[in-house]
Amino acid sequence: MTLDTAFILTTLPAFLKAVGVTLQVGLIAIVTSLLVALVNATLLVLRTPYLWRLVKAYVELARNTPLLIQLFFVYFALPSLGLKISGFAAAIITMTFMGGAYLTEVLRAGVEAVPRAQLESGRSIGLSEGQLLRHVVLPQAGILSLPALFANFIFLLKETTVVSAVAVPEILYTTKNYIALYYKTYEMLTVLTLLCVLLFLPLSLLLRHVERRLQHAQFGV
Amino acid sequence: MPSSASELLLQALPQLAGGAAQTLAISLLGILFATLGGVLYGVLATLGNRALNITLQVYLELFRAIPVLVWLYLVFFGLPIFFALSIPSFWCAVLVLGLWGASEVGEVVRGALRSLPRGQREAGLSIGLAGWQLYGYVLLPQALKRMTPPTINIYTRIIKTSSLAVLIGVVEVIKAGQQIIERTYESVLIYGALFLFFFIVCYPLSAASRVLERRWAHS
Repeated sequence: MTLDTAFILTTLPAFLKAVGVTLQVGLIAIVTSLLVALVNATLLVLRTPYLWRLVKAYVELARNTPLLIQLFFVYFALPSLGLKISGFAAAIITMTFMGGAYLTEVLRAGVEAVPRAQLESGRSIGLSEGQLLRHVVLPQAGILSLPALFANFIFLLKETTVVSAVAVPEILYTTKNYIALYYKTYEMLTVLTLLCVLLFLPLSLLLRHVERRLQHAQFGV
Repeated sequence: MPSSASELLLQALPQLAGGAAQTLAISLLGILFATLGGVLYGVLATLGNRALNITLQVYLELFRAIPVLVWLYLVFFGLPIFFALSIPSFWCAVLVLGLWGASEVGEVVRGALRSLPRGQREAGLSIGLAGWQLYGYVLLPQALKRMTPPTINIYTRIIKTSSLAVLIGVVEVIKAGQQIIERTYESVLIYGALFLFFFIVCYPLSAASRVLERRWAHS
């Protein structure tokens, strides 16, 4: 079995574009998820009446159902209610729905991980609640939730492969397309594997590095 | 034609239940292999053998870097051309979920074993326990409390991820739902039912994981 490198070369422009789509979907979803999570985590931490229960329900629903069902619901079921949207829009909406829930949990856990003594010391030296939040809680919560945030960003980036199911032309969709058109299964699977390793492995290794660094950092606290 | 939503759901129920049985079968087999493989991984990773550690590291990073859906396609399309091996898509899904799950559970088991005091291993060895006795009677039972909550969480991820099997042609619960939609056009109702199905299966597990984690946090 030999690799048809000439064929691979002809597909490279398409794959380059596909990597662009993967990154685009992933990065947009990360930003929108983070925005959703910031609002939700604030509602949770402040125990905003009624709303925090709603946020809890949303988080549980989004975290306990598969992304694929959420995606199919948005893409196939919403149109019958009169909402017709493109595959790309469905991808962003669904990934924000799921990512927002995951990141909400991360941010909430970060705030709760700040030791109580920090709050008490802050109050005892006469900080107002606002100062306490700005100078004591948020900086520490930010650092504490950094590894989990980063892990979830990578997770979201990898989950973009699922949106190939609604014809978003990212790397997996492009691979499947070429296999269906030219039967170059061996070549296309090789390219797909290489792309995944190139895109996601460095991020995964970097995450491990950050986790280890922050573990050491905690000893100094 | 069925007149109401409840009537339609009632008619669709046998077909949905058939699909749900497939989804649960894939998930349970995946969970079984993930657990067995994960414990094996965890034990092997704490033996202190350099070559073994590097091998496990490569295995772990491959499953972390390459998304599960890509693995599904690699196995589904790849096995026939690379190994002239054609296995049904059901077993492709079980294989991928099992291998991926084993890497995730394995890391949890490794972490739990490493968190035990060194003295436990040394004491076990000093009274002359064999390797399997040391792990079976001393180390794994003590690590159990620490590894159970995160492992249950991985189980819910395996169940959710089993839904991807529909994309390589397994007739599981989503496919069953899609077939009903093709007949009835009731997409909101059926996808709503699918939402509910996964939620009912996964939520109790997530909740149990959280309760156990809180209860065992200080022990």
